[in-house]
Amino acid sequence: MAVTQLVGAKIHRREDPRLITGHGHYIDDFTRQGTAYAAFVRSPFAHARIKSIDITDASKAPGVTSVYTARDFKSQLAGTHPAAPAFVAEKKYIPERFPIAEKEVCYQGEIVAAVLAETRGQAVDGANLIQVDYEELPAVMDTEKAMAKGSPLAHEGAADNISWDLTYTGAEVSDAAFKEADVVVKERILQNRLAPIPMEPRGVLAEYETYDKKLTIWMSSQNPHFIRLFVSGAMGLKESQVRVISPDVGGGFGSKISPYPEDYLVPALSRLSERPVKWTETRTESIQNATHGRGQYYDVEVAAKKDGTLLGMRMTQYLDVGAYVGTFSAFQACACLMAGGAYKWKGISARTIGILTNRVPTDPYRGAGRPEATHLVERMVDLVALELKMDPVEIRRKNFIQPKEFPYTQNFGLVIDSGDYEKALEVALKMVGYEDLRKKQAELRKQGRYLGIGFSTWIELCGFGPSAATAPATGGIALVESAQVRVTPTGSVIVYTGTHSHGQGHETTFSQIVADQLGVPYDSVELRHGDTSEGTAFGYGTYGSRSLAVGGVAISMAAGKVIDKGKKLAAHMLEAAEEDVVYENGSFHVKGSPDKAKAFGEVAFASYGMGLPEGMEQGLEAVAYFDPPNLVWPFGTHIAVVEVDAETGAVQLQKYVAVDDCGNIINPMIVDGQIHGGVAQAIGQALYEEVVYDDETGQLKTGTMIDYMVPSMGEIPTLNLDHTITPSPTNDLGVKGIGEAGTIAASAAVINAICDALSPLGIKHVDMPASPDRLWHMMKGAGK
Amino acid sequence: MKHKVATTVNGRRHEHEVEPRLLLVHHLRDNLGLTGTHIGCDTSQCGACTILVDGKAVKSCTMFAVQAEGKSLTTIEGMAKDGQLHPIQQAFWDEHGLQCGYCTPGFIMAAAYLLEQNPNPTEDEIRKGLEGNLCRCTGYVNIIKAVQTAAKTMSTAPARKTTVTAGGN
Repeated sequence: MAVTQLVGAKIHRREDPRLITGHGHYIDDFTRQGTAYAAFVRSPFAHARIKSIDITDASKAPGVTSVYTARDFKSQLAGTHPAAPAFVAEKKYIPERFPIAEKEVCYQGEIVAAVLAETRGQAVDGANLIQVDYEELPAVMDTEKAMAKGSPLAHEGAADNISWDLTYTGAEVSDAAFKEADVVVKERILQNRLAPIPMEPRGVLAEYETYDKKLTIWMSSQNPHFIRLFVSGAMGLKESQVRVISPDVGGGFGSKISPYPEDYLVPALSRLSERPVKWTETRTESIQNATHGRGQYYDVEVAAKKDGTLLGMRMTQYLDVGAYVGTFSAFQACACLMAGGAYKWKGISARTIGILTNRVPTDPYRGAGRPEATHLVERMVDLVALELKMDPVEIRRKNFIQPKEFPYTQNFGLVIDSGDYEKALEVALKMVGYEDLRKKQAELRKQGRYLGIGFSTWIELCGFGPSAATAPATGGIALVESAQVRVTPTGSVIVYTGTHSHGQGHETTFSQIVADQLGVPYDSVELRHGDTSEGTAFGYGTYGSRSLAVGGVAISMAAGKVIDKGKKLAAHMLEAAEEDVVYENGSFHVKGSPDKAKAFGEVAFASYGMGLPEGMEQGLEAVAYFDPPNLVWPFGTHIAVVEVDAETGAVQLQKYVAVDDCGNIINPMIVDGQIHGGVAQAIGQALYEEVVYDDETGQLKTGTMIDYMVPSMGEIPTLNLDHTITPSPTNDLGVKGIGEAGTIAASAAVINAICDALSPLGIKHVDMPASPDRLWHMMKGAGK
Repeated sequence: MKHKVATTVNGRRHEHEVEPRLLLVHHLRDNLGLTGTHIGCDTSQCGACTILVDGKAVKSCTMFAVQAEGKSLTTIEGMAKDGQLHPIQQAFWDEHGLQCGYCTPGFIMAAAYLLEQNPNPTEDEIRKGLEGNLCRCTGYVNIIKAVQTAAKTMSTAPARKTTVTAGGN
């Protein structure tokens, strides 16, 4: 039967016909009758006191209906910005954050006033007429200096700039390993601050119905249920009074998880003005205000034996939190827990410090903590190999956790579910033609040319997550996932999931799973998501490569419950014992008598009729929640081949090979697409992208796409992909996540290749972005 | 002070009174309801708003609506005819040339112009021809494949190329 072959097949996406014809529905495509448009006045300073705000001229401007400042929202909104405790158990300091500043602004872009007008243009014109008198304060921009006693403060009245300081494992944990060491290598590794830049900026349209006391919010979000939870709470509404609809989402990459000031202010503006209110972010507003990623540096030491055996690691993460603590900011500290990578260690000492500065907050950006961990450990392993004059492949082979050792409890007590790291490495080596490349490298070196080969034998933890780990981390809500499968009387199937696609193609892949499991035609399965008034009571959203490994499994469980009920009913219809009825290829039949059968559609129809078994209710539908017993652990090997131009320092990425293992694959086309995009983003980090603020004034210098370099088609080479398949024992589908893998893996491969290329010059480490300017200066300075 | 602007969009004539400062992309989206043309930046970098103006690919944020007076425009909504996808649209679908889909209309319109100018481009010519459009999801790998596939389809079915020429039907 063809229907049994959907899982694993390249099924073209059912999302695409609307998207390729211009009929998608993104947030800015929505409007309501009588909509007023909002524009926000934002601080031009990184840190300042607000002395006064003069709204006189703005209030009289054409089309402006009203102007609001912080005081107007005091009666509308309560509480502070939510910050999940995540992996950091002890919080030292979380500055209060109201969505609109009253007395002090702490980053450039922070909102100080709002204007409503009849058109978008009039709202912006009005905002330009608002006069704010600021008294500039010193801006805290250097994370290292910010930790020193007597440093200027990111927030007036704070004791210091430390948001958190947590030692997971002290020096004693790695002491023995370091005593045994023949060599110790040290490095400071920077993680450049990045802007996620989904191609669709954010936007919010809110309509508060004064007499019904109901609020509908349309917005571009990765997790509408969490927005409902936060916004209803702040507005003093019950969750049931609020509906959040997130339509087609034009990319997110983590930047559409947390609630933002506008997510509260636009609904509040609607309640204040008794009109629907719409706001659409500009790109500059996006780079200035949407949460950034990375923005860290690490001090790392690694101890090893002469033969290349890795022994111990000591690492400290210094994380630029920004001006406020992002909702899931502390999650980025998982870089510490993942610092050991694919290798065996006697001891790892890890500490994380979150530092407040006057920049926009950092929060999860594709990979969130895991790209940092991979980059760190893969760089350090290469530095040990260089020190010992070992082949980077050999040191990896020597230290890998071995297939027979899974499930493997790593240094922080996390249990890696399955893996075969060497297998992926071997496939990648063959694809890239490793031995020939080394020969070519040797020849080119004789000619003064710099060819480099870089490895990233990455691992990842994802699929958040088990309630025991995630409920304490979020402050109470376990990041499990819900699903509902509803079968209509004529046998078509509507599936609701609490995850929400922002480009991942869930409408396709999740329907593949259900069609296979129920044995019904793919076209009769409909997947719905992104609307809090549909489906289950709560959904958890899409991030952390969780949608399939948690949400997909929940869907499969709900479908299983539908089959269970169907079996009971079919047994009754067939006058057979329930245990004698089997379900195969869309039909219930009596074991051994395939002709004594009831098709799925017949059973569905009967379930809405009369004469059901005693005690059975009408209908055929089920809800399931999946609480995964563990996280899932994808892995793979990426290899980059680069040549660095000796004259200009420009990096030519000549070849890129990626062999990834995400367990069983539902749709290989979509899996490859996820890898492509993830790798491209990490190449962006490695070579091109960096959010730059002025060191003194805190002015954002990369506030447009002219200054912030998103790679174009000219910068990303052809990517050569393959897979190994090691099913996950964590869930019945045997799946792991793939959404972040490319981003987690690739920066290390590219930078390791550059370091390998430049090693004849004595250059051991290169920070990101490895721009021609940076490399040219390093090459000029080499050997001096 | 408003100005009259008359355009032919996807073969239909429209007349509106617009502010002189109104960008063509806002005119298409807000006045004509053609929301398939997207806005991804403020600085003409991203190409999400690419349309055809008298047959040439133009980022519609780089023109005022009034500058489109008398011009013939094709937007993404004008590419499929009678329920039949344009070969470029079909190729983006077949090759998984999109994920979130936000940049896609701009890419399809830019590709339409590229293939009209150069029906059989090399990979390098595709990369150069479309470097004015940004995508954050696909790493461009499958977009390049889609354009190559479309070029093949269109060279074997030349009649369908007419859909990208000015004015439509």
